[in-house]
Amino acid sequence: MSETTDLLRDMAERLFGDGCDKAALAAAANGEWPKALWTQMEENGLTNALTPENAGGSGLSISDALLALRISARHAAPVPFAETLLASWLAAGAGLVAPAGPLTIAPASGVDVPALTKRDGGWRLSGRARRVPFARDAAAIAVLTADGAMPMVALVDPKLCKIENGKNLASEPRDDMVFDCDLAARDVAKAANGVDAHTLRLFGAAMRANQIAGALSRVLDMTVQYTQERVQFGKPISKFQAMQHNLAMLAAHSAAANAAADMAADAAEKDMDELAIAAAKTRCGESASVGAAIAHQAHGAIGFTQEHMLHFFTQRLWSWRDEFGKESDWALLIGRSAAKAGREKIWSDIVTA
Amino acid sequence: MAQLNFAPPPPNTEATERLRGEVRGFLAKELAGMSAQKRASSWGGRDPDFSRKMAAQGWIGMTWPKKYGGHERTALERYVVLEEMLAAGAPVGAHWIADRQSAPSILRFGTEEQRQFFVPKIAKGECFFCIGMSEPDSGSDLAATRTRAVSVEGGFRVNGTKIWTSGANAAHYMILFCRTDQKGDDRHAGVSQFIVDMRTPGLTVRPIYDMSGYRQFNEVVFEDMFLPTSALLGNQGDGWKQVTSELAYERSGPDRFLSTFTLLIEGFGMLANRVDDRAAIALGRIIAHLMTLRRMSRSIAGMLQRGEDPATHAAVVKELGTSLEQEMVEVMRLLIDAEPDGSSNNPYIAVLAHTIMSAPSFSLRGGTREILRGMIARGLGLR
Repeated sequence: MSETTDLLRDMAERLFGDGCDKAALAAAANGEWPKALWTQMEENGLTNALTPENAGGSGLSISDALLALRISARHAAPVPFAETLLASWLAAGAGLVAPAGPLTIAPASGVDVPALTKRDGGWRLSGRARRVPFARDAAAIAVLTADGAMPMVALVDPKLCKIENGKNLASEPRDDMVFDCDLAARDVAKAANGVDAHTLRLFGAAMRANQIAGALSRVLDMTVQYTQERVQFGKPISKFQAMQHNLAMLAAHSAAANAAADMAADAAEKDMDELAIAAAKTRCGESASVGAAIAHQAHGAIGFTQEHMLHFFTQRLWSWRDEFGKESDWALLIGRSAAKAGREKIWSDIVTA
Repeated sequence: MAQLNFAPPPPNTEATERLRGEVRGFLAKELAGMSAQKRASSWGGRDPDFSRKMAAQGWIGMTWPKKYGGHERTALERYVVLEEMLAAGAPVGAHWIADRQSAPSILRFGTEEQRQFFVPKIAKGECFFCIGMSEPDSGSDLAATRTRAVSVEGGFRVNGTKIWTSGANAAHYMILFCRTDQKGDDRHAGVSQFIVDMRTPGLTVRPIYDMSGYRQFNEVVFEDMFLPTSALLGNQGDGWKQVTSELAYERSGPDRFLSTFTLLIEGFGMLANRVDDRAAIALGRIIAHLMTLRRMSRSIAGMLQRGEDPATHAAVVKELGTSLEQEMVEVMRLLIDAEPDGSSNNPYIAVLAHTIMSAPSFSLRGGTREILRGMIARGLGLR
């Protein structure tokens, strides 16, 4: 672990720890934009982490950026951090300069690519995108589209689009969009070599895997703490063996999610290896399901209410496991790829990923 | 509160991947014609000739000092050999325990004389070990051990019984865990380890056949067995500390999630080109779990190499790994239309039968599921 990484970790822990108390999370869930938190993130160079230094960004490595993202999720930061990272990565790869402010990407759900056609020295973008994260709050949307077979990136001002507000289980904005707008030539460019809608989905899955790992590690902390404080039958419920075994499984699933998220981060850093990211999202999704269930069981009724913080985390886990491909989507890809490789190659593919 | 951090494992290098190629070449030749059912025995399969051939390649005692017959290679290189052996279903059982934990214990706690006597023989694949821990009245509760070694002139006199001892009939030596002092307030005090020659007078081995008819287990009885003082491993009274230090080796390796890999491979073979979406999802999920466990297990190999003590991490790998091994049986069973039959000529059907019958042992041997969960809970600060 390098010194830069340690500094980044400390800074992110402090920043998100300070900015994500219960009141802030509740306000965001009610639709309020967390302006102060976002400003802090901008001032500390997190929002442009994946923009190269020569383009005015912090130029962090992908694994460092994903570490900061994981920490943001440890605090349920109600901001489009992952989406801004994805959009600035797409834009930078295409040589486009994204505006300041929160960004997001499309398509985010499914792989329907909005259509791009040439028009009057510029372009016309038309089509739909479902459940675009934080579209209503974004300064620009990096749309992964195509000119024929050529993957293109278009930077779109959401004010030019029709937006129908929606949300996920954690009340994070997930907005349906209709694109039908003219774009200047300077806002559209070829995507970086090798980047297409599938790559975007892979990177998105790597992001959500890291967010799940972060949120679940917090759920583990909260659950351990709660069971040590809650007294029944004259002793803290953490002293009951049945409870201890459940918490051991929560810890095991949290550890597995962290390891899987690391695997995804390595792959995203290196070559966007499909198998590694698919496995990571599958594994993290499963940890999210098992972990959230154990945490709620341990917390009893209070964890089920708005009085307690738990729901901010479990609602995100339940949403993130489905976003950018759920467990069955990615497991299907792995299974098909193994079947295609044939029994002789299954092991060597596992080792190579 | 302690989050369990699995540090990134050391990366593959040119050297590890060259080694992997050599191992695969060796296995293709040595295992040609071996039945799937035999492969399914995984590290339960014993073949002393195979062990000696592995040793000739320098693949036993890979990380030990050269002056004791080792090869001073990295933990990761050793890991490559182990995982390739297990994935291929090689019969590594004869030397497995000696390589995994007996020799490392002797190197760590043994006298110079013991190191020089035992470790080179183990590295040559000529000396196999078994573990004398469980007793009729002491299973998970290891500190309840009743086998006693009483000080006598020139050594110790041992009486008691060990049970469920895998490979006692084929091993040359046992590392015996027993009581050397009266049980006091501290249950973990007064226990010691000995290196016992299996030919010692007063030692008898009786077979115990498992439910498949295999001779996995043995009962080993000690009746006034004399051990010279030189048989003591480490310090008298340090047995508990020594035995727990073996556990991270015992619980974190690829043997804790690849025991049933042959079933997965034969399942793919049986489905051939009929892997529909339902099957692809079920099998892809298993592969995702294996990949994650492999990363965690390799991470522990790195921690062990750095001299850390990842006992709780190892408990997590074993618990998740053996749960996956057991679940895999159910996944395959529901996916493929066939009834298990050990006498079948169909490799999948025979391997399924074998695996169903051995699966209960996965979460018993090397520490039960309940003990491991307790250890993880302790790591969380709950007890």
